[in-house]
Formats: sequence, structure tokens, C-alpha cells
Amino acid sequence: MEIVLAFIIGGLYAAGLYMLMRRSLVKLVIGLALLSQAANLLIFTLGRLIRGRPALIPSDMARLVEPFADPVPQALILTAIVIGFGVQAFAIILIKRAYQTVGTDDLDDMRSTDVMHGSSSAPPVNLPNDKWRSPVEATLRDEGA
Amino acid sequence: MGGLLVLPILIPLLTAVAALLAWKRRSFQRALSVLSTTGLLGAALWLLVVVWQNGTQTLQVGNWPAPFGITLVADLLSAIMVVLAGLIGLAVAVYSLGSMDPDREQFGYYPLLQVLLMGVCGAFLTGDLFNLYVWFEVMLIASFVLMTLGGERAQLEGAIKYVTLNLMASALFLAGVGILYGVTGALNMADLARRLEQVRQPGLVTALALLFLIAFGIKAAMFPLFFWLPASYHTPPVAVSALFSGLLTKVGVYALIRVFTLLFVQDVEFTHTLILVLAGLTMVTGVLGAVAQTEFRRLLSFHIISQIGYLLMGLGLFTPVALAGTIFFMVHVILAKSALFLVSGIVYRLQGSYDLKKLGGLYRSQPVLAVLFLFPALSLAGLPPLSGFFAKLSLIWAGLEAGQYGIVAVALGVGLLTLFSMMKIWDQAFWKPAMEDDSTKSSQSSSWALWLPTVALAGLTVLLGFAAGPLFALSRQAAEQLLGGR
Repeated sequence: MEIVLAFIIGGLYAAGLYMLMRRSLVKLVIGLALLSQAANLLIFTLGRLIRGRPALIPSDMARLVEPFADPVPQALILTAIVIGFGVQAFAIILIKRAYQTVGTDDLDDMRSTDVMHGSSSAPPVNLPNDKWRSPVEATLRDEGA
Repeated sequence: MGGLLVLPILIPLLTAVAALLAWKRRSFQRALSVLSTTGLLGAALWLLVVVWQNGTQTLQVGNWPAPFGITLVADLLSAIMVVLAGLIGLAVAVYSLGSMDPDREQFGYYPLLQVLLMGVCGAFLTGDLFNLYVWFEVMLIASFVLMTLGGERAQLEGAIKYVTLNLMASALFLAGVGILYGVTGALNMADLARRLEQVRQPGLVTALALLFLIAFGIKAAMFPLFFWLPASYHTPPVAVSALFSGLLTKVGVYALIRVFTLLFVQDVEFTHTLILVLAGLTMVTGVLGAVAQTEFRRLLSFHIISQIGYLLMGLGLFTPVALAGTIFFMVHVILAKSALFLVSGIVYRLQGSYDLKKLGGLYRSQPVLAVLFLFPALSLAGLPPLSGFFAKLSLIWAGLEAGQYGIVAVALGVGLLTLFSMMKIWDQAFWKPAMEDDSTKSSQSSSWALWLPTVALAGLTVLLGFAAGPLFALSRQAAEQLLGGR
């Protein structure tokens, strides 16, 4: 079973990293999701897979007898899943807003914050509509006028 | 005294809850946020005094005994970091009163600020590795929203890089924690340190150390993992930039210091030498990036990276003096860097641009602001008698003692380039005559809320230079705690 899981984890990491290196925003988020699942499975596998031995102390004994299934990794994974859920939900909303605002889902077109300020290679900042314009800019413009 | 340890986490949490409940009442949220960060700073200072007098404080959360439950630990390093978090939190909370636009305030800026501070303080105080992951995520999700709040194009583009790389770092960190648990069966850091000594697989432990180095290295913006930082830190409002630059990368450095002084000290020859090499490369690439910039905040962002190199240098040298230098440098750089970002915000308010080419004449029109810029900038460059001089001096001293002349040469050279790039800002924004048409743009409406925290932080960087002796003694003691725990 460990062998199978090892291959699955490796596959998930490979697929996740491959997706991260694509140019599409959607694939980027899928890649992040795959990476976090790979990490969860890794914790699960490394916590040792033991079947049918719950971590409960039998009524006639004072302490746990080896081997028992360790509940800690599962608690860790549960926490990590909840966190991952929240973070991925945020990431999905982020790419939706980025797509609406920038007008593309190609990461290569999202370099305006990376190129040097004021150089000619910077794509012109054209906002699709006034709604997305910065409130700060608007205020400053109004004050200046 | 254990209850004191919870306060830096509890105060921001309760404030965030209260601010969320008062969603529509902006003035209440503004007052509350200043009040609570003042409380946070007070609690942090109290904690520092207690730790200074009585030694390391611990608290077993929920009364679960040590290796099973989550432990909160405050040694001197943690206490110093929490004080800094409180200080920057307060400065940014006050600065936000004058600089944050009503729209952002309406959509939960103040609760998010508190959640971020809670995550930062939690990360500094926890003694449990998995709990550290949780605090990192608390901090990250708050920083994600703070970075995108407002939805400007640049913010969203920057945030995509920031979010992706930080989530990847978190996944690597989580995998590292999982493997470490599989190898040792422990999560409590003190317990882990003991058990790692008994692990008879040096290769595996070193591989794990590198996994943590990469995970925290991304968060700390270490070479070559820093690309998310200059792409994103200049996009949000300047109060948020100042908060991020002051605290977030430093949490990554703090985690590196913690992990590489407590857990991974089996193969110092390899791991810490690697950190030292990366520290040198981080300094050089950061400062070279800064020299090439012509945008105020982007230049400062590259400087953050360069300063991270100095912080890592002390860790890489791994002697008590070097670690003391790192801690001293941490105090200095958090204050100076945040002050510079706050100055950039005032400059923007006055002249309507961050572009150095469009700025000018500020020395003539705003001499006080020029001085406020000059002190932290020169301090960052390491001119005596400012705090940066003593911070760099102790690191270079430690490097000479350890016989690492290469890194000393790099550190000194980078200091010169830092001075050069700071003078570039000085020359362009403050010294050169104002542009002709700029007189119409300048709005003189900058309020006391912008000036007060800037003056306070800039004043502290000067003060630190004069109080270098006591502060270095404190750093020295913190460093000895870090190394003496074993």
C-alpha cells in the first residue's frame, strides 16, 4: 500500500508542479490544489499505515499497546485540508477578479508590476471600466482639480 | 505569568471580532484599531520585561502536558519580535487613519490588519512546528486580502505572484512537517530537537533541513526565491506596504533562525555554510536590483531583499556574536524600512507620484520630511552613529572573528551600494529642483496621522544608535538563549 501511495504522491507533485508552470491562470490554481493534496497524502503515508488498530486504550489495560494507528497525522491533515480549502477558495476568486480586471488569463501578459516603471516595454494600463479604477487615484485627482 | 503569553494573540483576535461586528461603523473601527495596537504594544513590552527578568516563559495551552499539547514559548528573541510587531502595528494603524481611503476601510481593512498581527504574533510565540504552519497561514490569508483589497490592476497582478509562491512555500513547509513527524514522531520543537539527535539518518535530516530552508526561504525572500516580493510589495496602499515590509519577510527569517538554531544543527558545516553563501547572494542581487530602480517603492522593495541577506549572514556564521548581530539588525531594519515606506507615502501624498523622475524639490518645500527620509536611509546604509552602523559592525565583527572574509567583503561592498541607491532617492526626490508643472499636483492635505508614526519610527532609528550598547547586550543574551538551549 505504501508503494502505491508513494507513486500517487509523486504523481501529484509532478502534475502540480507542471500545472504551476503553465501560463493559464486556471491551471495555476489547479496546480496549487494538487500540491496541497500531495502534501496531505504525504503526511498520511508517513504517519505509518496501520489497519484495524484504533488508538484507544482497551478497558483492561492502562496504556496503549503497539502497534496502533496514530491519530495525529490525520488531525494534521484535517487542519491542512480546512486551511487549504479556505486558501484555494480565495485563489479562485482572485483569478476571477484578475481575469476581469486585466482581461486575459495568460500569465505572460501580467507583467506590468515586474517591468521597470516608466520603461516603454510596459503594457499600457487600460482599465476596462471606471468601476475598477483605484479609489485613491480618483480622490487624488479630485483634490488636484 | 503564563496568561501574559496569550495576550499578544488574544488582543488582535478580540479586536478583529469586535471590528467585524461593527462592520458599518468606520469611526469606531478606526478608534478601536489604534486602541488595540497600543494595547498589543503594551502587552508585548510587558512580556519582554518579564522574559528579561525571569527567563523564558512557557504556557501549555489547555493544560495539555508538553509534548502532546501545543506549547507557547517566549524567549528573548520571541519577545523582541512581538514588541516589534506591536510597534509596527501601532505605527501602521495610526498612519492608516490618514492614508486609507474610505472604500478600503468600508471593506474590512481594520479587522484584516488585526488578523495579520495575530498571525505574526502567533508565529513568534508558538513552540510547536505544526502550530507555526497554522499561524503562517493565518498571516498569509490576511496578507492576501490586504494585498488585493481595492482590486486595482497592479494589485491583482502582484497578488497572483505573491499568492502562488507563498502557497507553494506553505505546501513545502507542510510536507517538511509531515516528514519530520514521520521520522521523529514529534511536533513540539524542544521535543523535536531532542529526538532529531537520535535519528541515525544524517542524509535524511539534511534533506529535511533543505526543505525547510526552501520553504522559509521563499517566505523570507531569500536568493533565488525572492521574485514575488518586488513584483507585489509596491502595489497595495503604502500603509500595507510598510506593514508587509516591516513584518512578513521577517517572520520567514525568524522561522529560519528558530529552525536552524534549534532543530537542524547536526550538519552545521554544510547547512550553515549554504545559508552563508545564499546570504551573500541575497545581499548582492537585492542591492543591484535596487540600484536599477526608478520607482520609490520598488527601490525600497529590492532593499528589503538585500537586508534579508544581512539577517541571514548572522545565522550562517552561527556564532553568538553573529546571532546577536542578526537580532540587532532585525530591530534596526524593521524600524528603518517601515519608516522609509511611510515617508514614501507622504511623498506620494505631496507630489502625486512614486516615480523618482517626476519627483523633486522636496528638500526645499519639505525640509522636515527630507530629514525624516535621511535618517533611516543613512541608517540603512550603515553610517555612524545611526543604528545600522552598529548592526553592520557587529555582523562584520563576527564575520572577521569566524574568518569568513568573503562574506565580510560582500557585506561592506553592499553597504556602499545601499548608500548609493539611497542617495539616488535623495538626489531625485529631495535635492533636484521641482518639476515645473508639479505645483498644481501637490495637495498639502497630509494630516498629523501620516507624520506622527513616521517621526516616531525615524526617531527610534536615531535613538537606537545612541542606545546601541544596551540593545546589543539584550541581543547578545537572546542569542545565547538560542544557542544555549542545547
